[in-house]
Amino acid sequence: MADREAFLARVRAAQPAHEPLPEVPLFAAPSGDLRERFCAALKLMGGGEAQVETAADVRAWILQRFGSEARIASATPEVEGTREITADTKPASLEDVDVGVVRARFGVAETGSVWFSEREYVVNALGYLVQHLVVLLDPRQLVAGLQDAYRRDDFRGARYAVLVTGPSATADIEGVLIQGAQGVRSLTVVWLPVP
Amino acid sequence: MKRVEHAKLAGAFLSRPEHVAFHDKRLWDLRSKRDAQAHAIPEWETLRTLASQIKAHTLSHLADYLDQFTRVAEANGVQVHFADTAEEHNETVYRILHERGMTALVKSKSMLTDECDMRPYLESRGISVMETDLGERIQQLDRQPPSHIVVPAVHKLRDDVAEVFGRTIGTDPHNNDIHYLAESQRMNTRPWFVREKTAGMTGCNFAVAETGTVVVCTNEGNADLSANVPPLHIVSMGIEKLIPRVSDLGVFIRMLSRSALGSPITQYTSHFRAPRPGAEMHFVLVDNGRAERLAMPEFWYSLKCIRCGACMNTCPVYRRSGGLSYGSTYAGPIGAIINPTFDLKRFSALPFASTLNGSCTNVCPVKINIHEQIYQWRQVIAAQHELPFVKQEVLKMAGRLLGSPTLYRGAVASLEGALRRMPNFMLYNPLNIWGKQRDLPHVPHTTFHAWYRKNRKGGGNGGS
Repeated sequence: MADREAFLARVRAAQPAHEPLPEVPLFAAPSGDLRERFCAALKLMGGGEAQVETAADVRAWILQRFGSEARIASATPEVEGTREITADTKPASLEDVDVGVVRARFGVAETGSVWFSEREYVVNALGYLVQHLVVLLDPRQLVAGLQDAYRRDDFRGARYAVLVTGPSATADIEGVLIQGAQGVRSLTVVWLPVP
Repeated sequence: MKRVEHAKLAGAFLSRPEHVAFHDKRLWDLRSKRDAQAHAIPEWETLRTLASQIKAHTLSHLADYLDQFTRVAEANGVQVHFADTAEEHNETVYRILHERGMTALVKSKSMLTDECDMRPYLESRGISVMETDLGERIQQLDRQPPSHIVVPAVHKLRDDVAEVFGRTIGTDPHNNDIHYLAESQRMNTRPWFVREKTAGMTGCNFAVAETGTVVVCTNEGNADLSANVPPLHIVSMGIEKLIPRVSDLGVFIRMLSRSALGSPITQYTSHFRAPRPGAEMHFVLVDNGRAERLAMPEFWYSLKCIRCGACMNTCPVYRRSGGLSYGSTYAGPIGAIINPTFDLKRFSALPFASTLNGSCTNVCPVKINIHEQIYQWRQVIAAQHELPFVKQEVLKMAGRLLGSPTLYRGAVASLEGALRRMPNFMLYNPLNIWGKQRDLPHVPHTTFHAWYRKNRKGGGNGGS
C-alpha cells in the first residue's frame, strides 16, 4: 500500500492553478402538481402506483396482487408481514421473501424516486433481495427536484441512503428493457399519509 | 506494448454488417434520448457549466479534498487505502479479502477494476470473481473487455449472447429470447450474493469530500446487493471522482443518466457513508497515472470525466468501429484522449480515430474540450515521430499542396474529373486505410472557385 503523505504530496505537486468553486443556484421548478409529476416520472421508470384508504388495506392489496401464499417482510409497523424483521435479521435470510414493504421518507417529483436509509429499510437488503417491493409514500412528502433532495440533511446522518426509481432494470442486450435484472422485479408506490 | 492499430481492429467489427448497423442505431438512439432529456431542462447548459467548474475547482485542490474525504471517511468507520498503481490496487484488494478468509467477490461494474486488470489477478490467487452487471457478465464469460463504459456488451446481438451463455452457464444456445437470457443470468448470479465467505465490491461514480460518502449509480440494483448483503464492502475508486459538497450531487446526478442513457436518473442512486453495524467498509483510492495526467497543462481536463459515455454514443467513428477496436478499457473519444496519457506509443493511433466534428465536446456534461484535445494529441504524436511512415509522407504532400493556392487549384481542377473516373483501387489500396469500408461522396460538377469566377465575375460582393 502506498504511503498516504507521499501520495497526497504527489497529487498536490501536480495540481493546476486555483479554479474557483461556483455557488450552485436553486433553479425554478417546472410548474404542475408535484404528485402528477412524480407519477409521470415513476411510470416512465417502470414503477407502479396504488391508492388505498387505510394501512389495513395494504396487506389485503398485497395478497390480492401477489397471491395469498406470498411471503411478506415488512419494515414498517403499519403493515403486518408474514415474518418479522429486526436490525439483527441476517440480510441473506431475505432471499426467499416474495414481497418487501417499506415506507419512504420522501419522494422526488422530477424523477419519481423514493428515498430510503437504513432507518426505513431496517435491513438494507430488503430493497433488493426480495422479489417485489411495495413502498408507502405520504403525498405530502414530495420535493420538486433532485436539487431540493440534495439540500436536505437526510444524507448527512444516514450510513446508507438511496434514491430508488422503479424496479431493477437492464437493457444490456439489444436495448430491450427487462425488469428484475438482479434486484426487485416490480416496485409499487402505495399512497398513504403518515398516521 | 504493441501499438493498437485501431483501423485494423475495426476491420473485424466491420466485417459483420448486421452488427455494425445495429450498433450504430442503438447508440444513436441513446444519443437522441439524451437530447430529449437535455432539451426538457431549461437550465441544462448552465448545469454543464457548473459541473465543469465544480470539477475544475476540485481538481485544482485535489490533495486537500482527498485529505478531507479520507479523514471524514475514517471518522465514519471506513478503512481507507491508497494505491499508486494498478498493481498496488490489486494487491490491496487481495490482501483485504485474503486476511478475512474470503474466497469469492461479487461486484458491480467498475471501469477502474477493468483498467487495473483485477479479475485475473484475484482469480489466479484463488478468489472467484462474479461480475453482476448483465453486460459486464456477458463480457466476463466471453473473456472480452467491455466495449462501452455504460453498456459493456452493446456490440453483441442476442444470438451472440445465447451462444456465450450456452457455452458457459448452460442455457439453451438456440434460445435467443432476451427475457430468457436475462432471467438465466439472474438465476445464475443471485446465489452468489448470499454465499458464505463472499465479499462485495462496487466502483464509485462520485465521492463527496464533506461527508466521506461514495455514490454509486446502477440500473440493476447489483451494487446495492453487492454492498448490502455480504459482511465486507470494498469500493474501488479513482482519485478524480471527488466533488466537494452533497449539494453538488444536485448538479451531477441530474446530468449523469440523462447524458448516458437518456433516462432522468438511474433506477438506483446509492450513497455509502459508513459500514453497517458489524460489517466492514474499505475505500481503495487509486492514482495509476492520474496525478501525472493532472500535471499535463493541456490534458488535465480529461480528469473531469464522469464516465457517462455520451461522447461515445455520438461519435460516428466509435459507432462504426466498435469499442473493442480501441484496445483499452476506455474507448471512443474519451478513450482517444485518456489512453495516450497511460502509454503514448501504444495508443498513438487513437487520436486519429476521429473526424474532429466536435460533437463529443458538445454533449459532454462536464464540457471537456474532447475534440480539441484529440487535435493536440495528434500534434504531440507527430512531434514525437509516432506517426506511421505512410501517414507522414501523405501529410507532407498534403501540406505542400494546401500551402500553395496555385498548386491546390491545379490539383482540384484535375481531381474534378479524376474523382469521377478514378478506379476503386486508387482509393481502396492498402496505403489508404481510410478508404477501407468507406464510399466516396458524390463529386460536384464544378469547383466552388470556378463557379464563383463564372457567377460573380466583376461583382462587387466581398471584393476579392
